Amino acid sequence: MARAVSTRRMAVATAAAWIIALIIFFPILYTIITSLKTETEAIKGFNLIPSFTLESYVTVQTQSGYLKPFMNSVVIAVGSTILALFVAIPAAWSMAFSPTRRTKDILMWMLSTKMMPAVAVLVPIYLIFRDFGLLDTRIGLTVMLTLINLPIVVWMLYTYFREIPGEILEAARMDGASLFDEIVHVLTPMAVPGIASTLLLNIILAWNESFWTIRLTTTNAAPLTAFIASFSSPQGLFWAKLSAASTLAIAPILIMGWFSQKQLVRGLTFGAVK
Amino acid sequence: MATENTRGLARLMLAPSVGLLLIWMIVPLAMTLWFSFQNYNLLNPANVSWTGLFNYKFFYTDPAFFQSIWNTLLIVGGVLLITVIGGIGIALLLDQPMWGQGIVRIMIISPFFVMPPVAALVWKNMIMHPGYGVLADINRALGFQPIDWFAQFPLLSIIIIVAWQWLPFATLILLTALQSLDGEQKEAAEMDGAGFVSRFVYLTLPHLSRAITVVILIQTIFLLGVYAEILVTTNGGPGYASTNLAFLIYRTALLGYDVGGASAGGIIAVILANIIAIFLMRAVGKNLDK
Amino acid sequence: MNLRTLLLGVSSAALLCGFANAETLTIATVNNGDMIRMQGLTDDFAAKNPDIQLEWVTLEENVLRERVTTDIATKGGQYDIVTIGNYEVPIWAKQGWLVALDGLGDDYDVDDLLPAIRGGLSVDGKLYAAPFYGESAMIMYRKDLFEKAGLTMPDSPTWEFIGEAARKITDRSSDISGMCLRGKAGWGENMAFLTALNNSFGGRWFDEKWQPQFDQPEWKTSLQFYVDLMKDAGPQGASSNGFNENLTLFQQGKCGMWIDATVAASFVSNPKDSTVADKVGYAIFPDTGNGNHGHWLWSWNLAVPASSTKAEAAQKFIAWATSKGYTELVASKEGWANVPPGTRTSLYKNADYEKAAPFAAPTLAAMDAADITKPSVKPVPYTGGQFVAIPEFQGLGTTVGQLFSAVLAGQSSVDDALAQAQTAAVREMTRAGYIK
Repeated sequence: MARAVSTRRMAVATAAAWIIALIIFFPILYTIITSLKTETEAIKGFNLIPSFTLESYVTVQTQSGYLKPFMNSVVIAVGSTILALFVAIPAAWSMAFSPTRRTKDILMWMLSTKMMPAVAVLVPIYLIFRDFGLLDTRIGLTVMLTLINLPIVVWMLYTYFREIPGEILEAARMDGASLFDEIVHVLTPMAVPGIASTLLLNIILAWNESFWTIRLTTTNAAPLTAFIASFSSPQGLFWAKLSAASTLAIAPILIMGWFSQKQLVRGLTFGAVK
Repeated sequence: MATENTRGLARLMLAPSVGLLLIWMIVPLAMTLWFSFQNYNLLNPANVSWTGLFNYKFFYTDPAFFQSIWNTLLIVGGVLLITVIGGIGIALLLDQPMWGQGIVRIMIISPFFVMPPVAALVWKNMIMHPGYGVLADINRALGFQPIDWFAQFPLLSIIIIVAWQWLPFATLILLTALQSLDGEQKEAAEMDGAGFVSRFVYLTLPHLSRAITVVILIQTIFLLGVYAEILVTTNGGPGYASTNLAFLIYRTALLGYDVGGASAGGIIAVILANIIAIFLMRAVGKNLDK
Repeated sequence: MNLRTLLLGVSSAALLCGFANAETLTIATVNNGDMIRMQGLTDDFAAKNPDIQLEWVTLEENVLRERVTTDIATKGGQYDIVTIGNYEVPIWAKQGWLVALDGLGDDYDVDDLLPAIRGGLSVDGKLYAAPFYGESAMIMYRKDLFEKAGLTMPDSPTWEFIGEAARKITDRSSDISGMCLRGKAGWGENMAFLTALNNSFGGRWFDEKWQPQFDQPEWKTSLQFYVDLMKDAGPQGASSNGFNENLTLFQQGKCGMWIDATVAASFVSNPKDSTVADKVGYAIFPDTGNGNHGHWLWSWNLAVPASSTKAEAAQKFIAWATSKGYTELVASKEGWANVPPGTRTSLYKNADYEKAAPFAAPTLAAMDAADITKPSVKPVPYTGGQFVAIPEFQGLGTTVGQLFSAVLAGQSSVDDALAQAQTAAVREMTRAGYIK
C-alpha cells in the first residue's frame, strides 16, 4: 500500500518536475534547434525539427573566428577567478576566525561597492586604463573582473569558512600544530567544497560579464561577449546565425556547469545552511 | 600571546583584499564625484568647467527621473517575488524522489549560464516577438491575437526575462538549504500527522529563512543595475515605461555623452542603493546573525 | 640596470623589426552585410599591400558607436580606421578628432563622389571621411497588390495618396499590412523616419533661434498622420519594429508598402532571402505637394582618428575599400546587384549596374533629391536630413523617440507626447547653451 502511494507520488513529482524543467529550459533548447535551421526556416513559425544544417555555424565561423574570443574568455574568466581567490581566501579566513567588531561592516561595505552602476564610471575607468596602457589587454580585463567579483567571492568564502567549527582548530593548535599545518592539513580539506563552488560561481559570473568585457577591448583581448555583439542585429535574416553564435558563446560554460553542478551546489550556501 | 599573534596575522591577511577594494572603491568614486561637479561633455572636451550642483539638479529634474526610480524598485521587487516563490516551489519539487532528477536539475539551472545580452536577444526574437515568437505562435494556434509583449507590457516582459535568468540561482540556494533539513525532523512531523501545509509553514519555511535572505541580498545587488536587457529589448520605452535608473544613466552617459550628468546620476544611484541596502539589512539582516 | 637596458634594447629592436615587416591596422566596422562582404574580400588588398595587416572589430551599430566615440573622445588610440555615419563626421572633424584624407592617391577620383554625400563629409572643403555606401529613403511597394487593388503608383506620390493606398491594400485576413514603418524608439530608428516625415510635412526640429518646434502644427499633423496610418494599416507590434524587423516582414510578403532606407532595395529584390523579389516596385519618398521629399541622407564612411599612429597605411586601405576598383571587385565576385551603392556617380552611369539593379535609378533620384543643408522649407540653423547634426541629438532624439513610440503603442496621446517632447527638448537645448 505504502509502496503504491510512493510510486504514484513519484510519478506525479516526476511529471511536474519535467514539465517545469522543460519550460525553463525551452528558450535555450529552441536556440540550439534554431541554430541548426536555415534562415528562411527559422522564421517560418514554430518548428522543433530543424533540417540539421550547419550552414549558420560555418557562416559565423568564417565571419569572425571563434577560437580567439573563446581563448580570451577562458583566460580572463579563469585568471580573474584564481586571482580573486588568492586575495579573498586569506581575507575571508581572517574574518571568519578572528572577527572584530567591524568585520560585518567591512563585509557590507565590500558588497556595497558592487552597487555602483558600471555605466556611470565608464569614462573614469577608461581614462585610467588608457593611462596605464591596459586597454585591450587580457591583464587589464582580468584585474577588472577580479575587482568586480571580489566582494561576492569574499562573502561567499567567509560564510562558508564560518561554518567550520572553531573547536577543530583549537584542538589542532593544542596538539602543537603550526599555523601552516593548521591551514594545510585541517582547514583546507574542510574548505575545499566551499572554495570549489566559489571558483565555479565566479567563473560563471566572469564569463557572462558583458559590460566591461566589450567596452575595454578591441581585438586582442575581446572575449565571447564581444563575439556575440557582432551578431546581434545585422541586416537581413539573422535568427539562425544569431542562434548559432549564441549557442557557441554559451556552450562551454553550460557544459562546464552541467559537469560540475554537484560541486557548485555543495558549497553554494552563502551561510544559508546551518 | 597566541591570540594577539593570530589577530595581527589576521589583519595582515585582510589587508590585500580590503586594500584592493578600497582603491577600487575610492578612485573611481572620487573621480565620479569630481566629474559630477563638472560641466563635461565628452563630445565637447574644450568646454569643461565647474558647475557645482547643476548636474544633480539637472538629473533630478529629468522628466523620467521619478518613474525610473519606481521602475527600478518594480524590477527588483518583481524579480525577487518570482524567483523566491518560484525557487521555493521548484526546490520543494526537486526535493521529492523522481525519475531523471539529474537531468531535470541540469535543465533548471541552465539559464544561469546564459549571458544577459544573449538571454535578452533570445527572448526578444524567438519567444516574445509578436510575429515570429513562440508565444505568438501558440496564441495564433489557440485562435487569439498575438500579444505584443514589449509594447503592451514592457516592464513585465523585462521582469520575466530577468527572473528567468535568476530563478536557477534562487532555486539552487534554496534547494541546498532544503536538503540540509534534518530528515528525522521531517519524518517525526509526518508521524505526528502534520499535513503538508503545516509542515511547510512551521518547519520548512523557518528553516529556509536564512536562504531566502541570502537570495534577496545577492540578487538585489545585481538587479539594481539591470540595463542590458532593457537596451536590447525596449530601449527604455514606450515612453519611460521601462526606463530604470541604470538605463537613465546609460542614456545620459552613452547617448548624450554627458559625463558630468552621468556621474551625478551614478552618485544618486549609489546613494539609493545604500538606502535600500540599509533597509534590507534592517529588515532581513537579522536572519544572518542567527 | 643591465638587464633593463638589455630588455629595452631587445624590445626596441623587436619594435623596429615589426615596423619594417608589417603594420597592423585595427578597423572598427558595423555588422552590416556590405561591411561583412568587404572583410571577406580583403585578400585582394593584402596581395597589393603585403606589409599591411588588418585586424577587424565588428560590432552591432549601437555598441560600435559608443565604443568608437568613447575611444576617440578620450584619445584612447585603439583604432586606426573607424566606420562612422555622416552624422558624426562634421561634428568630429570640427573637434579635430579626424585626419583629413589627403593621401587617397591620384587615381581615387574624389570628384566622382556624389555631391550630396561628399558635401556631408567635408568641412572647410577638406574631406574627412570616405563614403563606403550611401542611402536615402524611398517607397518600396508590392506591384502585385497595387494591381489587385486597382491602384497605380504616381511618379511623385503625396502622403494623402499613400495613406489611402495603404488602407486599401491592407488585408488583415491574409496578414498583409498596407504600410510598414519604423516604430522602435531610437534616434536612428523611429526618429529617422519621423524627422524625414515631418520635413516633408513642412516642419522642422528647431527654428533659427534653436527653439524646439514640437508645439507647432506641423509636428502635430505629421505625428497624427503617422499614428493613424499605423493603426489602420500597420503590422502588429509596430512600436518595436526597426529597420531589420520591417525588412523581415517585407521579405516575408507581409507588407504592402515599406518606406525606408534605399539600401533595403537590394535585400528585398534578392530572391535568396525575399519571397517577393520579383514583385517590388520603387517610388520616391512622398511629399505633401511642397516638393520636400524628406531629405533623408545617410552614409557609412571610413575615417582615420587623429589618435592613430598609422594614418598613412590607414588611408591606403580606405582608398582601396572605397574605390571604383573595389566596386568592380565585388561585381566580379558577387554580381553587380551587390556592390555598395550610393557613393559614386560613375556607378549610376554603368550599364551593367542598371541592368542588374532595377532600383538603381530610383535610388539615385532619391539621393539627388536630398539636400541636408536645407532639410525643411522653413529656415533652420542646423544641417542634416533625418537627423540634426549636433552632438546633443543622440540623447535628445532617443528621448523623443521613446515618447513617440509610446503613442504608437497606445500608451500616450499625440498631444501629451508632443508636450513632453517640447519640454524635454527645451530643457536639453537650454542646458547645452543653444537657447540663451
